[in-house]
Amino acid sequence: MAKNVKPRVKVPKSAAAGETITVKTMISHKMESGQRKDSDGNKIPRSIINRFTCDFNGQNVIDVTLEPAISTNPYLQFDAVVPEAGEFKFTWYDDDGSVYDTSKKIAIG
Amino acid sequence: MTLSRRDFVIGAGCGVAFASMTSLPAYASLVEDSIAAFTGGADVVSGDIVLDAPEIAENGNTVPIEVSAPGAASIMLLATGNPVPAVATFNFGPLSGSRSGNTRIRLIKTQEVMAIAKMEDGSFRSAQTTVKVTIGGCGG
Repeated sequence: MAKNVKPRVKVPKSAAAGETITVKTMISHKMESGQRKDSDGNKIPRSIINRFTCDFNGQNVIDVTLEPAISTNPYLQFDAVVPEAGEFKFTWYDDDGSVYDTSKKIAIG
Repeated sequence: MTLSRRDFVIGAGCGVAFASMTSLPAYASLVEDSIAAFTGGADVVSGDIVLDAPEIAENGNTVPIEVSAPGAASIMLLATGNPVPAVATFNFGPLSGSRSGNTRIRLIKTQEVMAIAKMEDGSFRSAQTTVKVTIGGCGG
């Protein structure tokens, strides 16, 4: 389990019904690529977030497969349609099996 | 006698030599394998997809990349010069606002970054751009 993994998400507090909004997400994670070597010449094993999903009221917005070429502290920005008031659910899947999630509410108005 | 003021113009004329963009065969086949796995061998046409990347990236550890392809079901990003070319695959769901994504990637050296979109009608579109990773040439 990677330490100090903290998801951060930016979503507007409210939107008009049917409006397209921009969502920004970032999670603190070292994203060890599996290519680097330590001082003794041993390969440091890969340890990354390999998948990210975003759902709104149970409907999928985006599902991203991440590879080792994604930078440390993976940042993702995308657009979502908000048909009604509800909650975004964000989920990150770690190589070690850990799952990190967070959610954000959005109102119509 | 008055001295006329002299303006010194620092010439910025500086030729930037572009190295030939021949990638290593081992990498090329990895890229082809990744593309084939994504497209299933279907033809890929260029156009209808916008890949936005900096021309020169000062730090290869975090290169901002933006890709958008209206009407795409999913978009795959490839860094053709990396040891592992696959970068990310965006799969868009029913509530996706625009078929676009923005992230930050690692590039080991100057190389072509490629995006392939699978459109909703089953066809494939691609775009590529060169990102210069090392600082060099003018004012380096």
